[in-house]
Amino acid sequence: MNESDVRSLLEIADDELILGWRDSEWTGIAPLLEEDVAFSSIAQNEIGHARALYELVARERGTTADELAFDRAPEDYHCSRIVELRLLDWEKTIARHYLYEETDARRLEQLKQSGDAEIAGLAAKIDREETYHRMHAQMWFDRLKDERRFTAALDELRPLLDSGREEHSPELADLWEEMTVVRRSQPAGTKW
Amino acid sequence: MIYEVFRQERKGQPFQHAGSLEAANHEFAESYAKEFYGRRGESEALWVVPREAIIEVEDFVDELNRNYHRVDGYSLKGKLKEARERVGRALVARDR
Repeated sequence: MNESDVRSLLEIADDELILGWRDSEWTGIAPLLEEDVAFSSIAQNEIGHARALYELVARERGTTADELAFDRAPEDYHCSRIVELRLLDWEKTIARHYLYEETDARRLEQLKQSGDAEIAGLAAKIDREETYHRMHAQMWFDRLKDERRFTAALDELRPLLDSGREEHSPELADLWEEMTVVRRSQPAGTKW
Repeated sequence: MIYEVFRQERKGQPFQHAGSLEAANHEFAESYAKEFYGRRGESEALWVVPREAIIEVEDFVDELNRNYHRVDGYSLKGKLKEARERVGRALVARDR
């Protein structure tokens, strides 16, 4: 696996991990119970995808998935700006979900064509779950597409898709604190 | 809108009521039903029905008290007790 492959897997893994965390912030407070369960399950899937991708990267870099996920400094993550934001407005969350799934679909389509059988295989596996996420996003898009608040959220968030992966918002550092607090409470290498 | 969900556990088995859910429309209902009752491979098929489409019947008139049409209208317990007593009396009479 060449370094550019490893790097793009890491970017996707970071996106999926951070988005999974952000989406999981809706657990217990989504607009209705049914959506709470559905959206939490999507959040869990994203974290599952992150884990599978980190495992591939970890093998190449001689480390572990957990170390990649939790032991880097916030500035060493390669996630996109759009996944970092703490969005507690449903219309913005759905706008991000829709924009992200659209972009993720294109990215997975490319990975499925990879000459590396392992990458292509994992991308195909992830894509099967993402199909459900895309249906979910589309369903909400259809429902909200004429709402001004939703279209404004789309316009506000869309530029973040191309805003680079090296600069991060302060919200990422806050999330990182929360995300790693339990792991940091014990000496490195502790078996849980 | 409230939807009632019925699930079939294995092919050929009858559909049984699984629960109900709230959804904005049929499409959401289908998606939530899959999420609640299908994603762990626990169902072969689902029926998702708007609650208002269900015809509910719960008043059963029995003006003439024809309870002998029903299983619970015929008390086997009483009859058995009577029969046992009859046999008991017959045995006592015979042994006398």
